[in-house]
Amino acid sequence: MALKGNLRDFTVTQLLNLISVAGKTGTLVVEGPNERVIVCFREGKLAYAQVGNDSQSLATVLHRSNKLSAAQYRAIAERAGRISDKELGLLLINARYVSQQDILASLQTHFLGVVNRLFTWVEGFFRFENDIMPPDDKITVRVNLENVIIEGARKLREWEQLQDEIPSLEMALKFTDRPGTNIRNVNLSVEEWRVVSFINPKNTIRQVATATKMNDLEIRRVVYGLLQAGLVEMVRPVGTAPLAPGQVAGLPQSSKEEQKSLINRIISRIRSI
Amino acid sequence: MQTVKMVVTGPFNAGKTEFIRSVSEIDVVSTERRISSQAERVKDTTTVAMDFGRITVDNDLVLYLFGTPGQRRFDFMWEILSEGMLGFIVMVDSTRPETFKEARSILETFRAYAPTPYVVAANKQDIAEAWELDDIRIALRLDKKVKLLPTVATDKESVKTVLLELLYSILAEMEGEGE
Repeated sequence: MALKGNLRDFTVTQLLNLISVAGKTGTLVVEGPNERVIVCFREGKLAYAQVGNDSQSLATVLHRSNKLSAAQYRAIAERAGRISDKELGLLLINARYVSQQDILASLQTHFLGVVNRLFTWVEGFFRFENDIMPPDDKITVRVNLENVIIEGARKLREWEQLQDEIPSLEMALKFTDRPGTNIRNVNLSVEEWRVVSFINPKNTIRQVATATKMNDLEIRRVVYGLLQAGLVEMVRPVGTAPLAPGQVAGLPQSSKEEQKSLINRIISRIRSI
Repeated sequence: MQTVKMVVTGPFNAGKTEFIRSVSEIDVVSTERRISSQAERVKDTTTVAMDFGRITVDNDLVLYLFGTPGQRRFDFMWEILSEGMLGFIVMVDSTRPETFKEARSILETFRAYAPTPYVVAANKQDIAEAWELDDIRIALRLDKKVKLLPTVATDKESVKTVLLELLYSILAEMEGEGE
């Protein structure tokens, strides 16, 4: 029977464990709510990974890991044309721009980054296609999955805890008005300052995450820290409440006086119980 | 006949079913099951879908009280129950600080569902081990404007006070004094 199902029933950690223990070779395709991730394995080891249809070129991966300068990256992009990753890798090694180790380490970091994204997915369909591997021109790695699984399990636990603390990203943040709290006296990281600069009851946490280019886990981590420190509190976003001022959900659409009368009737009744 | 509803929510074993039972004029329609998990075997049964109580206000108006299932694996029911609610009550077991985090999470979830008034009922305040209200407020990170009420869910007068405080908050919201 094909290995396919829903992440709600079978987590990514369990999937990777199964692939590792069974020494499987093939491609795992995970379709999340917003994107698709493809991860390839050879004999139970991580070989390759990409997000969506965008297989990052070797030049991009090396540039992102600071192994290629911006000028070198530009030159490759302009002149290399349709050269394959394997050919480009050989050229770069021969030209002594990078070593084979640089290439493998950069790709490994990139692939692990893709896999790590999966650990926070709780929704999505997966299928494992036996014996399907990435195109021949792609460079693959061999990474044991044990450490990946342990790290993933840690992330999953952290994710679950943070989700308990901050269940909805549609809420907004506002600074607490506790006397004596001065944010300038608090040591914040660069990430935290970036989030702090967007704190406003008009902005939902999701909007802050988008503005600061953080994923759900990263923004929850920062917001959790700020909440724990008592610097901010969660509020409903200003201007997004679907109700008119003075109107209360659950009441029939009638005049304010009629609504107040209805509530007063309930109050009288409860007093008389 | 007009109907309005309030939701009583909170962690497992916070006292939601007892709370509704204390004031409902009908026997609470409770969908309880025997508990299978050892970790949650504090009591024999738990609510898996909802509790349902009723207070007839007059000939034209009925108030329904819905209790949410306390165990997190039934949280798919929460959003359904919260639709169209007048307000909600978050019940907290004052003697079980290990459930406070869960209570805070439930509170935030319900706040995200609907912009309705709410109060927090610190239940089991008649038990010696109950935490003090000020400490519970800090643990739940409740703003000083949020009503945190000492409650004994088996005591009708105590339950009435909680319901009345929620209704006063609803009136205040209508006057534009709410959060």
